[in-house]
Amino acid sequence: MIRVELVKLVRRPRTWVSLVLTCALPFVVAVFIAVTHLAPPPGQGSAFLSAVLASGALYPAAALALVLPVFLPVATAVVAGDSIAGEAAAGTLRYLLVRPVGRTRLLVAKLISVTSYVLLVVIAVTVTAYATGVLLLGPSRAGAVAHAVAGTPAPGVGAPTAGVAPGAGAITSLSGTPLSLLQLAERTVGAIAFITVSMLGVAAIALFLSTVTSSALGATLGALAALVASEILVTLNAATAVQPYLPTRYWLAWIDFFRDPIFWRNIDRGFGIQAVYVVVFLGAAWANFTTKDVTA
Amino acid sequence: MITTRAVTKRYGAVEAVRAVDLDVREGDRYGLLGPNGSGKTTLVRMLLGLVYATSGEIEVMGRRMPAHAREVLQHVGALIEEPAAYPHLSARANLALFDAAGPHGLAGRRSRSRRIDEALEQVGLAGVGRRPVKAYSLGMRQRLGLAAALIRRPQLLVLDEPGNGLDPRGIADLRQLLIGLNDDGVTVFLSSHLLAEVEQLCTRVGVLDSGRLVLQQDLAALRAPTGRVLLDSPDADRVCAMLDGQVERRDGQRLLIRSTDPARLNARLVGAGLRVRSIGPHRRTLEEVVLSVTGAGSDQVDGRR
Repeated sequence: MIRVELVKLVRRPRTWVSLVLTCALPFVVAVFIAVTHLAPPPGQGSAFLSAVLASGALYPAAALALVLPVFLPVATAVVAGDSIAGEAAAGTLRYLLVRPVGRTRLLVAKLISVTSYVLLVVIAVTVTAYATGVLLLGPSRAGAVAHAVAGTPAPGVGAPTAGVAPGAGAITSLSGTPLSLLQLAERTVGAIAFITVSMLGVAAIALFLSTVTSSALGATLGALAALVASEILVTLNAATAVQPYLPTRYWLAWIDFFRDPIFWRNIDRGFGIQAVYVVVFLGAAWANFTTKDVTA
Repeated sequence: MITTRAVTKRYGAVEAVRAVDLDVREGDRYGLLGPNGSGKTTLVRMLLGLVYATSGEIEVMGRRMPAHAREVLQHVGALIEEPAAYPHLSARANLALFDAAGPHGLAGRRSRSRRIDEALEQVGLAGVGRRPVKAYSLGMRQRLGLAAALIRRPQLLVLDEPGNGLDPRGIADLRQLLIGLNDDGVTVFLSSHLLAEVEQLCTRVGVLDSGRLVLQQDLAALRAPTGRVLLDSPDADRVCAMLDGQVERRDGQRLLIRSTDPARLNARLVGAGLRVRSIGPHRRTLEEVVLSVTGAGSDQVDGRR
């Protein structure tokens, strides 16, 4: 069944259209920056974007920061919200179930399909952004990352080493120490994994709503509403008490992969809170879906 | 093949299906009749484990449903209300996906292409299997739905309104196909509100009315001669005079006469010099049978029949 779901994902035009659109945003941004040479000043705008003029190799990180707040969660909510409700509305759900495909099995296959989709999009954004960055913004120059997220508080944020890093042309971490390309690649893989997992909370909420309604749009919008609420509360001082439990609270913790040494605390918490959301909402989805009359 | 005991489905205060004892035997072509809203679809969905019964027991192919859905349903082909398919894919790709889903999805791989060809051939879609389904007409979609039901070579077919969307030619094809499959040992269970369709196809009928099974009988028994003879004669007046007391009803030149032997009656009339246009044993039509056991259709609010 997992294979069947993946085939359906791959053969669906929507998958590729959304993929291209998500990759197009960082590309357009890169074109503007390359043409005008105007990057946002350090500490303003999207993370890493101020540093990309110094090193095109950093552009994947900047691109991920661009798609993370809106594009990626919207795409995730659309695919996950459609997963069961879309099949119900199209009438194919009942035919899958009488094949028979067990209801638990179908839910698991759907979750794996959604996860694969998110991973595919994140990797595609990273790869196209690396190509765009190196081609349009030029290869790496020293001292690149140090300025990138100057506004982000973190222990060990050092002064930029401003071009004196050993080996001219090296990339430095946010903490000012040099990073080899291999280290950069490793940390990018870590960031990809973290961002993919960060989307699973949204995916689980959308999947749960998808078992409740047979309107894919309703499930998608419901999950997005939960996200928007979370993002508002995260910035609200009065809501400090609940902030550690909000699904979007640690979304930006992947930036900590680019510190030296990697600052694990928020990354671990980010993984933890997503795990909780996945367990709770998948559990709810399972409880609802396996006991429900399929009348669609 | 299908046995239910006191199966009941309640939605809130509404009882959609009430204490139904269904009995479908192996080799039957069973037609479940009933007006729209009488509970046919809910009953079919309960047989297939899509809707859970509020109370009662369901056995399909000798096993309890929905507990043994995994073992039972792999031998069942189903069409439930409208057919459904992924519109951007071709008929072949749709059939391949549905065949790969569920148990033995991988094991069936080697024979898949052959079984798809066979199923498309059976339903008359052999030439158009590579076109995307969104370009299909309603009748073609219905045929594709049937192909999906047939692709696993099931022992039991459960078809909810299989004639929907088919033109007269399509309905005749469907009848031939189902009779052929039945001859090969496939039990056919179908629901319909089209009496003529069921009358021509089925060997056994059940009638649902407001959620109750008000009749379940072999069609041959229902359509047995009623002990009367239907006669059409230009000399109707003289026939009435001759058979005084035996004539039950008269409608112009058509007479309903109490007699169990049309041949002897014919000889007697002709012997007396009376002309006979047609004569034969009287049988009730399925329509008469069904109307005699059902009340007003539950979706007919004006009470018209």
